[in-house]
Amino acid sequence: MAEVLVYVDHVDGAVRKPTLELLTLARRLGEPVAVALGNGAADTAATLAEHGAVKVLTHDASEYADYLVVPKVDALQAAHEAVSPAAVLVPSSAEGKEIAARLALRIGAGVITDAVDLEAGDEGPVATQSVFAASFTTKSRVIKGTPVITVKPNSAAVEAAPAAGAVEALDVTFSDKATGTKVTGRTPRESTGRPELTEAAIVVSGGRGVNGSENFAIIEALADQLGAAVGASRAAVDAGWYPHTNQVGQTGKSVSPQLYIANGISGAIQHRAGMQTSKTIVAVNKDAEAPIFELVDYGVVGDLFDVVPQLTDEIKTRKG
Amino acid sequence: MSLRIVVTVKYVPDATGDRHFADDLTVDRDDVDGLLSELDEYAVEQALQIAEDADDAEVTVLTVGPEDAKDALRKALSMGADKAIHVEDDDLHGTDAIGTSLVLAKAIEKAGFDLVISGMASTDGTMGVVPALVAERLGVPQVTLLSEVSVEDGTVKGRRDGDAASEQLEAQLPALVSVTDQSGEARYPSFKGIMAAKKKPVESWDLSDLDIEAEEVGLEGAFTKVETADARPARTAGTIVKDEGEGGKQLAEFLAGQKFI
Repeated sequence: MAEVLVYVDHVDGAVRKPTLELLTLARRLGEPVAVALGNGAADTAATLAEHGAVKVLTHDASEYADYLVVPKVDALQAAHEAVSPAAVLVPSSAEGKEIAARLALRIGAGVITDAVDLEAGDEGPVATQSVFAASFTTKSRVIKGTPVITVKPNSAAVEAAPAAGAVEALDVTFSDKATGTKVTGRTPRESTGRPELTEAAIVVSGGRGVNGSENFAIIEALADQLGAAVGASRAAVDAGWYPHTNQVGQTGKSVSPQLYIANGISGAIQHRAGMQTSKTIVAVNKDAEAPIFELVDYGVVGDLFDVVPQLTDEIKTRKG
Repeated sequence: MSLRIVVTVKYVPDATGDRHFADDLTVDRDDVDGLLSELDEYAVEQALQIAEDADDAEVTVLTVGPEDAKDALRKALSMGADKAIHVEDDDLHGTDAIGTSLVLAKAIEKAGFDLVISGMASTDGTMGVVPALVAERLGVPQVTLLSEVSVEDGTVKGRRDGDAASEQLEAQLPALVSVTDQSGEARYPSFKGIMAAKKKPVESWDLSDLDIEAEEVGLEGAFTKVETADARPARTAGTIVKDEGEGGKQLAEFLAGQKFI
């Protein structure tokens, strides 16, 4: 059976959820072979095996942390040469897309980014994408070389499927370009204890209507009752009310959760581009004419300062 | 010593218009107005700021696209770029990211450069991979997705804000940089800038100027193929209630019905 390379996104050995989703999708195409790089690479093996990796190729070197992107491309290229896979799958993070693109160029292949679904086709994997602010759904294929495809978080349910997960050391020789961009400092983001925005099953967002950074506490309180991530519209971010890393939309993050709750967000096209593929959409807004109401499964025309705290209290009560 | 900065920009269909696909499943550019991709305005802005801080610098703005794409160049020139290059060729129709990076890299090499600055992504394709591809082709360091950038003594420095960490980056020129919408608001062209732009040189190159064969680009040269493109079915109208004191409770009831609580 054909092998499928899966690039592992992990933090010091802790595998992030989008990689487990990739393993599920990879099994539709062949036998997943995972590639884990950097500090803690070997520690990922047990989790990867539980989710279907027949093999885990690992390599650790300081270059992965000290230089930007290229060392990881070198390693993935080495894995591609070692395995000759039917496809290479990479999580659709900013870095993942850059790694995938450079790999594709080197191996003479095409690249597809931000797939939201993947299936086996007669002529290779078929990727579903959601484009033009989710107003169109396309199906595409790589028609030259080994398909390199990046997949968005929440595109598949994580399924356990125990496999051998044999750990093998990957032989990597870094190219002379690998050390071109030095990472001279790194400040880890402080954990809020909430789920990652792009990975969360529920996202609660605030926009212009929240009217001040201090009022985001109302949004956070609802998010915490639901175990949700907090998002913000560009208007709220530009006003300095919430960090840019939480921005949902065309120039921010694209999210596709099970439930999206937009509070005080009008629903400009740029925001819709980042959340329109959410499975269930709910909005609270004073303005009955706000375009966000065209998208909703359930909408409340009302003041978020009344509706959101009442909703939060009601959830608390129901949870008893 | 002059600092040669090349800014890559894209002319994109207006996102507030009704974007759709043509019969050959490429983006239909005839039925919707185009403009300079908003995310590229940030690249032009950073190029101008870096040039202003340098002793001697020249900002060239480069685009690959149809005749109308000149509008994107004019906008960048009116903001303050010194000159423009327009790569235009009928055989470019349908070129994918890999092919676009080839054309850009060849044109950047022909123009001559110390620093390339790009936007983080186009606002139509939104792949965000072209800067990395161009860096790979040029064989220069990529210093991408920066929310802060500066150039001093032949070194480019910047800050990249990722999900897990914020990183400080550094590379020697020549290098390629891409900037995010957090890098600094783009200036509006002044009346003087708009008038001056009309006199600035715009060079036109085609594929033969760049030693690129037609079959390397366009739909024929593409490494990927769109097989189907379907308009997303309109959402069925949702339930909308007016808050008369119980809106939060009603919403909780809906969420409970959907098993979210």
